[in-house]
Amino acid sequence: MTNSINEIPNVKAMFVIGSNPTEAHPVIGTKMKQALAKGAKLIVADPRCIDLAEHADVWLRLRPGTDIALINGIMNIILANEWENKEFIAERTEGFEKVREAVQQYTPEVVSKITGVPVEQLQEAAKIYATAERASIFYTLGITEHTCGTDNVMSLANLAMLTGNIGKESSGVNPMRGQNNVQGACDMGALPNVYPGYQQVASPEVRAKFEAAWGVPLDPNPGFMIPDMFGAAVSKDLRALYVMGEDPVITDADANHVRKGLEALDFLVVQEIFLSETAKLADVVLPGASFAEKTGTFTNTERRVQMVNQAIKPIGNAKTDGEIICELATRMGYPFNYESSAEVMQEISKLAPQFGGITHERLGTQGLQWPVPHAEHPGTKFLHEGKFNRGKGLFMAIENQLPAEMPDEEYPFLLNTGRKLSHYNVFTQHSPSLGDHSPEELAEVNPSDAKKLGIEDGEVVQVASRRGELKTKVKVTERVPEGMVFMTLHYFDSPTNVLTNGAYDKVTKTYEYKVCGVKISKIN
Amino acid sequence: MEWLTLTIDGREVSVPKGTTVLDACRMNNIPIPTLCHAPELTSAGACRLCVVQIEGMRNLPPSCVTQVAQGMKVETQNPKVRNARKTILELLVANHPLDCMTCQKMGDCSLAEYAYDYGVTGTVYQGEKRCLPIDDGNPFILRDPNKCILCGKCIKACTEIQGKSILDFSFRGFDTQVGPAFNLPYNESDCDFCGSCVSVCPVGALTEKQMAGKGRPWEVSKVQTTCPFCGVGCNFDLNVKDGKVIGVTSNPEVPVNGKALCVKGRFGMDMIYSDNRITTPLIRKNGELVPAEWDEALDLVATKLGEIKKTYGPNSIAALSSAHCTNEENYLMQKFMRAVIGTNNVDHCART
Repeated sequence: MTNSINEIPNVKAMFVIGSNPTEAHPVIGTKMKQALAKGAKLIVADPRCIDLAEHADVWLRLRPGTDIALINGIMNIILANEWENKEFIAERTEGFEKVREAVQQYTPEVVSKITGVPVEQLQEAAKIYATAERASIFYTLGITEHTCGTDNVMSLANLAMLTGNIGKESSGVNPMRGQNNVQGACDMGALPNVYPGYQQVASPEVRAKFEAAWGVPLDPNPGFMIPDMFGAAVSKDLRALYVMGEDPVITDADANHVRKGLEALDFLVVQEIFLSETAKLADVVLPGASFAEKTGTFTNTERRVQMVNQAIKPIGNAKTDGEIICELATRMGYPFNYESSAEVMQEISKLAPQFGGITHERLGTQGLQWPVPHAEHPGTKFLHEGKFNRGKGLFMAIENQLPAEMPDEEYPFLLNTGRKLSHYNVFTQHSPSLGDHSPEELAEVNPSDAKKLGIEDGEVVQVASRRGELKTKVKVTERVPEGMVFMTLHYFDSPTNVLTNGAYDKVTKTYEYKVCGVKISKIN
Repeated sequence: MEWLTLTIDGREVSVPKGTTVLDACRMNNIPIPTLCHAPELTSAGACRLCVVQIEGMRNLPPSCVTQVAQGMKVETQNPKVRNARKTILELLVANHPLDCMTCQKMGDCSLAEYAYDYGVTGTVYQGEKRCLPIDDGNPFILRDPNKCILCGKCIKACTEIQGKSILDFSFRGFDTQVGPAFNLPYNESDCDFCGSCVSVCPVGALTEKQMAGKGRPWEVSKVQTTCPFCGVGCNFDLNVKDGKVIGVTSNPEVPVNGKALCVKGRFGMDMIYSDNRITTPLIRKNGELVPAEWDEALDLVATKLGEIKKTYGPNSIAALSSAHCTNEENYLMQKFMRAVIGTNNVDHCART
């Protein structure tokens, strides 16, 4: 997020697109409701009638996969009304003319046809966002989990720069990260192309710095991203995989392909706290420790690095994940001798400039928001004040693109996926109380579709895509539009990702979890 | 900022303009009892327990809704004030079960604390007592309306923190109750089970079901930590007794969320003790995963990875690091892959 979570109650206009915060980021959802109570305006763009849509001034019920057309259309209206921030565009950005040209063809009428959103709603949304004193965009995986995810994000950046809604308190572009430490895992360089602190593997200077720090020569070529790994396993380019704290069989798209890749490996090590579906395929399973059993840090979606403090000893014979890695490194001839996780953080702070001033001691009970370049720096509440990282903000002209697989005659329903309030990914299934509260998948189907299919609320049906099939209970609800079925990723018994499409964004290789074609059949 | 000077119990203090008398007292470590007040909620002035005497005012005003004026003279502990508070407490206790020894809230109950402080006997007023059914139809929250003192904090928390407005007063007079519309049990209402109501309840009317009978406040140590679920990064206190996590309580001092949490963060920590936890290394032998010693498992992994690296090169090995593990562990994993194995084949579910 460019802003902080506690700046949300002071936002004057919120544009929530591809995000269901009251369920997927509940406490952020409550902050948004606090902003509403203070008079903020709300625009929601979502095909589903999520909870916030019911509180919205304008609910744009767009067709899935038409986000770029929607955003271009809103920019077209802003320009037609001269609501753009000319001063901001002139001083802080470049490339604006190309975008002005590109959005010309996205007239309200054209966009209404593509997105299914009425013209008046487009105009109202453009007015609210562009004329508010402090407007903020909030997006999540409904924007990024598309084959055009990167372009979706850049479109939102265009919109923010067009109106100067970035680089200010309570005004910015705010992706809400899904998992507790997905921000931190990225920051730490658990990515195939960057070292800790987003320093490029391909840069000789950067590589020299890490070679000096670690005392070994390093590979200059970026490695495999997740989707590449399973294909490489099948083709035997990849022989061994070490999986720590992930369950790709359940959480990655096109799960049957993932399983095939894992089964093709010569050696699979899984380090986990539960016997996951992936662990069941392993040659060796190493028991890790839960968050309550270790000390370290997580970095949240507002870049706040916070302490995780050990409360109890590891359960049974488990060890912390850090300890296991250190023991393995040492056994393989490169001793990892760290007294504590605090000492690991000292090494991180020397190598990753954003973490330069971070120590466990300084984090204390309040944490620090990176960048924290030095030991006296108080942390950074919001980003891009006065200047972007690259200097000027670069406008990018973006054209609308269709998802990789749309419904057709054989698979007539559009499957959309997401999270629900009572669960988080797959491991809250292991909480007896949450399991009791919300025990099974309830695929959302529109009443008119249910009628056509002859299925009733609570009935178990079969859902199939080109890649797999499963059984699930159905919830008949107008939350979803006709032609759409919505499922979560939470349940082992209805593993939604056997259905989803393995197509991915060309830059980030993020799977298109949000759109694919499925058919629903009654079970007799 | 304009500062005002006032006298509290003969002591001169200065506070910013706009401060309430209650906050002025608390800023200066002068104790005032409150039942309906919480710093994160708007003040109702409902319980009247925070009354003080202010020179020139006819009645005893509630300090939580009285703003400081220049030159104000406040008395917080004189007999008139203490008697007024004692009367309020006697009235509350007259219709409150005195089953403190089995109450989950014992040791953390504001009513019990003040009743003790003010010498409340429970015998001054005798009358009818409520006998209402307990709502335990959900896995998370126990609601005992017989213990409710109608302070209204849970109602405000539901509205002002969570933005749901599920709770409100119903009925009138002696029959007044707090609960969801139509007096439905929590699990039949639209409740999110965020538990904000539980976090502000000053008595045993709303308690964490999972913690019932698991430990007394004085036996529990609290460890502040960061939630392992979504990316919001809420902090809370793990309640630990005898080396075991018995539950979660919110901590108003934490930076992101204050007292707010969601159903997963507040009530989902029983996953730590799930029967599905792996508690020992497992090695596949004859097609089955069987328990093994750490040395055997680690030696096997180190040997196999070493062999594969030697035979097929470092780029034939990859790792998935974890968005659930700590920064330090992710750092170690990528360093292990880059510096020990010699490949950049490290990724995690960065995009979900």
